[in-house]
Amino acid sequence: MYRFDFSILGGSTIPVLADGMLVTLEITATALAAGMLIGAALAILRGSRWRAAAWLAAAYVNLFRSVPLVMVLLWFFLVVPQLLQSALGLSPSVDVRMASALVAYSLFEAAYFSEIIRAGIASVPEGQMDAARALGMPRLLAMRLIVLPQALRNMAPMVLTQAIVLFQDTALVYVSALADFFGQAYGIGERSGRLVEMLLFAGAVYFAISFSLSLAARRLGQASPAVRGTASAAARG
Amino acid sequence: MRPILALLALALAVPALAEDLEGTLKKVKEHNLIVIGYRESSVPWSYLDGDQKVVGYSHEVALKIVDAIKAELKMPDLKLREIPINAQNRISLMQNGTIDLECNGTTNTSERRKQVAFSNTIAFTQTQLLTKKKSGIKEFEDIAGKTIAVTAGTTSEHYLRKYADEHKVKLNILATRDHSQGFLMLQTGRADAFFMDRDVLGSLLARAQDKADYVITGQPQTKEALACMLRKDDPQFKALVDRVIAKMQTSGEAAKMYDKWFMAPIPPDGVVLDAPLTKEMKELYKHPNDQSFD
Amino acid sequence: MYHWHWGIFLSPTGTGETYLGWLFSGLGLTVALGLVAWLLALVLGAAVGIARTVPNRVVRALAGAYVEVLRNVPLMVQLFTAYFVVPELLPPELGDAVKRMNPVAQQFLCLGLYTSARIAEQVRSGIESLAGHQRSSALALGLTLPQAYRHVLLPLAFRIILPPLSSEFMTVFKNSAVASMIGLLELAAQGRQLVDYTSQPYEAFIAVTALYLALNLSALRVMRFVEAKTRVPGFATAK
Repeated sequence: MYRFDFSILGGSTIPVLADGMLVTLEITATALAAGMLIGAALAILRGSRWRAAAWLAAAYVNLFRSVPLVMVLLWFFLVVPQLLQSALGLSPSVDVRMASALVAYSLFEAAYFSEIIRAGIASVPEGQMDAARALGMPRLLAMRLIVLPQALRNMAPMVLTQAIVLFQDTALVYVSALADFFGQAYGIGERSGRLVEMLLFAGAVYFAISFSLSLAARRLGQASPAVRGTASAAARG
Repeated sequence: MRPILALLALALAVPALAEDLEGTLKKVKEHNLIVIGYRESSVPWSYLDGDQKVVGYSHEVALKIVDAIKAELKMPDLKLREIPINAQNRISLMQNGTIDLECNGTTNTSERRKQVAFSNTIAFTQTQLLTKKKSGIKEFEDIAGKTIAVTAGTTSEHYLRKYADEHKVKLNILATRDHSQGFLMLQTGRADAFFMDRDVLGSLLARAQDKADYVITGQPQTKEALACMLRKDDPQFKALVDRVIAKMQTSGEAAKMYDKWFMAPIPPDGVVLDAPLTKEMKELYKHPNDQSFD
Repeated sequence: MYHWHWGIFLSPTGTGETYLGWLFSGLGLTVALGLVAWLLALVLGAAVGIARTVPNRVVRALAGAYVEVLRNVPLMVQLFTAYFVVPELLPPELGDAVKRMNPVAQQFLCLGLYTSARIAEQVRSGIESLAGHQRSSALALGLTLPQAYRHVLLPLAFRIILPPLSSEFMTVFKNSAVASMIGLLELAAQGRQLVDYTSQPYEAFIAVTALYLALNLSALRVMRFVEAKTRVPGFATAK
């Protein structure tokens, strides 16, 4: 029987783990916010009348949804840091690993959020947009004031679910040199020979956080299967 | 006469500062930042101690180089950033500018010189097998048909794959993320042996709980020259790095540092590696150079 | 200035193959891993999903726990746990046997279990959306509960959930890339090997990305075909 020894948890390891958790939360929060914004823009572009813009937005979404997150992270970590630096005008004193991770996750999640937002927009009755246009509002304004707020309310549970997925996906930043919560836990476990305990601990922490958040999502009013079916069908269309 | 000679010596000793800065030194000066890549478990070259801080022989060499940069570029407040890297991403990170210098026990090879540049050699090593005594592996040829752990991206990994192909041997190669994972594979019975630089093997073994169960065996397969890694086509920076290393080696400082890491107790457990300076190394200290074995 | 060199794909690797060959072997492993894991997930997920809708409370709770644990821990943590922790917790002989097991087999089991939890949820929601009159009508016609499931609920439920099920099919191939963390030489890992050996990151990554896109499109084709073949005329599978 394996002799468990959790004593490694304490003293010098707690601050290291806490640092890791901060990285995890920072990535989650940034990718959530940026992903939603970019996703919303993409969703709106896809419905626009400019064929080129709609096509570009669709291509973006399909590209990022076809490739594993691991590949996107590797792209941004190994290949484009310098490009990123000049594109965003960052001074090199900014940690390029964090910057590239944040950009990678934001762009990746944007594709998924844009599908959720599209489904949300589709769930708002067309009459809303028609009425707004009839009142003389330009399409964009109607989107911003009338359709999007209602869409957001409808898709809140799905957004939260995707946020939970994002939270779990931050563990993949392991492929770059950035140490998130899992990376730190694994490193401590490997170097101290207590890998079993650290992996179980990490799993328990992720479970506790994700499970609580998913209960909250359910309380937000679980999307009925019909709507979910609609949303997924729209998402695939 | 003597004052004139002294003045001449002083004049000649003024470093590249008189010229325009280029390459890495220019980058460092402009951004007031130098980024070093470190390894997490390349004991005793560069690794994390019990408090998760970076320590090690070649890491100290890197710090000395940074000090020299501070002095020569007159930048006492130069910011230093250290980021963890592994064998598989070190060259990419150097090429894409994420790190500026890497002193971790990386092997200098002609293949790699196509992509990066290397400093004067800081140490020599040979590759061997670490295995459990009861595994029955004694000679290198005994690895046929077995599972061998090796760190991904190292010269040892490339060597193993080539060996398997050239000798038509079936090898199950377990490429791990870093040295400690490789040793873990061996410890947990997933691999029959771990193929790596002897110093790394010796260090991992010295710190293991069950060290009596293991043995380093097999004919050494390759001889390697370890050096610091920097960007290609950057003669100014290379000259500075080479100067620092040569000075350390000829002045006896390198030998003292060597004793500190190889003959005295080292973190995190105070283990002693007990690996005295070889004749080759002593020769190297007398005549610093940047030659590789291939 | 970056030096493009597309010819590397046909160059020998020094170990008897070409770099393109490495990529294709990685692709093959990705496809095999994904397919087998998805099939396992389908069978297991259907079982668990059904289990979550039966009247028996204990069965429902157990199935519920299975799903919640597997859905709330990141896949990567699960893979590492399966690889490093499970063998240690088993009795020594079994543990050693597991350690000797081909890592591919271990990974597809883990990937299969993870995906099965997601499929279980979809099966459950598909069945529950029919819980209303389909179920009571079937029972009213004199079918027993198992018969009702087999002849009425399940066929309809599967057609309802075909869209999310097919996107799960495509997701499983992407998730297989996480197995590269444990050293499995699937497509993403081969990409990194290529970068390591040739130092031509752009070519290598563009090729790998293109292969994933191709894989995704093929999977989509397959699922569309299945959907078309199983469509029940007049029954709206999704509005």
